[in-house]
Amino acid sequence: MGKYIARRTLLVIPVLFIVSIITFSIMQLAPGDPAAIVLGGDYIMYATAEEIEEIRENMGINRPPIEQYLSWLGGFFVGELGKSLFTTESVSLLVSQKIEATISTVLSGITIAVVLGVPMGILAGWKMNTWIDRSVMVFAVLGFAIPGFWLAFNLIFVFSLKLGWFPVFGFRSLMTDGPIEFLRYITLPGITLGVAFMALIARMTRSSLVEVLSEDYIRTARAKGLSERIVLIRHALRAASMPVVTVIGLVFAAAVTGTVITETVFAIPGMGRMFVKAVGDRDFPVIQGLMMIFATSYVFVNLLVDILYAYLDPRVRYS
Amino acid sequence: MTTSNRGFNPNEVRQAKGVGSRIYIQFMRMLKKNPNMIIGLVILILFTTLTIFAEFLVKYDPTAIEPIDRFMPPGAKHWFGSDVVGRDVYARVIYGGRVSLLVGFMVATFVTVAGLFIGLVSGYTPKLDIVIQRIMDAIMSFPTLLLALALIAMLGGSVWNVIAVITIVDTPRMVRIVRSAVLSVREQQYIDAARGIGAPVSRILFNHIAPNTMAPVIVQATYFFAAAILTEASLSFLGLGIPPEDPSWGNILSLGRKYLQQAFWIAFFPGLVLTINVLAMNLVGDGLRDALDPKLSRSV
Repeated sequence: MGKYIARRTLLVIPVLFIVSIITFSIMQLAPGDPAAIVLGGDYIMYATAEEIEEIRENMGINRPPIEQYLSWLGGFFVGELGKSLFTTESVSLLVSQKIEATISTVLSGITIAVVLGVPMGILAGWKMNTWIDRSVMVFAVLGFAIPGFWLAFNLIFVFSLKLGWFPVFGFRSLMTDGPIEFLRYITLPGITLGVAFMALIARMTRSSLVEVLSEDYIRTARAKGLSERIVLIRHALRAASMPVVTVIGLVFAAAVTGTVITETVFAIPGMGRMFVKAVGDRDFPVIQGLMMIFATSYVFVNLLVDILYAYLDPRVRYS
Repeated sequence: MTTSNRGFNPNEVRQAKGVGSRIYIQFMRMLKKNPNMIIGLVILILFTTLTIFAEFLVKYDPTAIEPIDRFMPPGAKHWFGSDVVGRDVYARVIYGGRVSLLVGFMVATFVTVAGLFIGLVSGYTPKLDIVIQRIMDAIMSFPTLLLALALIAMLGGSVWNVIAVITIVDTPRMVRIVRSAVLSVREQQYIDAARGIGAPVSRILFNHIAPNTMAPVIVQATYFFAAAILTEASLSFLGLGIPPEDPSWGNILSLGRKYLQQAFWIAFFPGLVLTINVLAMNLVGDGLRDALDPKLSRSV
């Protein structure tokens, strides 16, 4: 096990190295002088050569690319991700202000997905080929196809504008505003983000349960007279939970993509919305910093999932 | 969707290879066993025809401004209502479908070609494999929409840039599928035999290995088609994909969200049509998967 963990962890290094090169090159290859972006496009025509040079000096973009890359990467290790071109605040500070909203959104989405998706999948797999199974599967196929922003509109239209149950947009912190306000604001974004994963998890749970239920040892368990509930809970679910673990890893990556849309629609002050704004403003240090944070966290979540998987299924370690 | 819908059995497929009429019979049998796939195909064919012949089938110009008709609810005159400057939403949705289908089709094609090529090379040559796989892992570490957005920031928004960007983002996922198919085929005896008679690597790759990876590749291509349409809509929705002059589902939706209270139909209909199309593609993909790739249908 230790050997597997070591080997798997070492693989992270080249991947993160390439991630940093990709992130850095995208921003280097982007057309347009960052100094011009800071000066606000046309204004560069009125700025003197010294002024432009001073801005470039301050931003450190008059140095050779290799030097810039190394200092940027060095900064990443000590948590210093550069400064926003506009607010001149450090990217790490901006991220620390936005991270709570993003984590709240992602967690509420995943919670809804797991809490509803797993039982739906179990029910469908257990009652295979009945109307329960079919309606769960119809829902699962639908959940995949509905774009998040459209679902969000429909939810807002029905539950906020017509029924008035939930606010149209915004975010309240769990810490400072209390759980009731928090839930009122996070429910619709959570559903928006969670539905697709709920569909995925339900499908995955169902198919792995169906497969496990056809195994010989399940027949044995039934043959020796165990109740259906015990067979399901003690024998089938344990084996069927494996693929679901992998899906949670996948869901994490997809959830980050989902936050971009969800946070924009619901005006939640999180990292996804910050990213969209940075892309619109061409605020490259912010884009770079966020890309590195998202990619790094994805790599480490996957590492954890792989290790967990190897722990649950010894065969993985030796392949 | 149910695991029992496996379509035809592999032995029959092998016999049918090269015989046109038999393939047709197999195809019909596959459809009969999988009614959902028929629904999906019918929707797609209908909708594609509608967008291709939009000039003859849609009576309004999607960009024609008619201030008197501003915010008309759906009805006989404007089937899907009209928007803030009186443009016909139905016309805009149909014309917007052109962009979406073009993006989906092109991405699916490019991803398949690039994925096949890189996946074949990577799976067959272990030395390159290590390097290629790390690069693919790195690209896949970025959440798809985020990488697409960053690349759009670099390239600027246009239909072809959107296609290029989604292709870059999706290719590694296709590479992984091709590669794993190659790895399982590589050790087969007929590959050894081909090598034994001195066949060049290119022939082994493209004539012997590639055809055997086609089943999962075709299935995945339909999913990429659907996913690309969703990604394009997301990019345009965020105002960073297709320029606002051209109607696309994402654009129309993005405009409609401002008027949700007074004219919900502007945002509702493009989303509905988008959902129906993506659903149809997924149904076709599921049907193909059950028919061509029984192994996959067990895993998801």
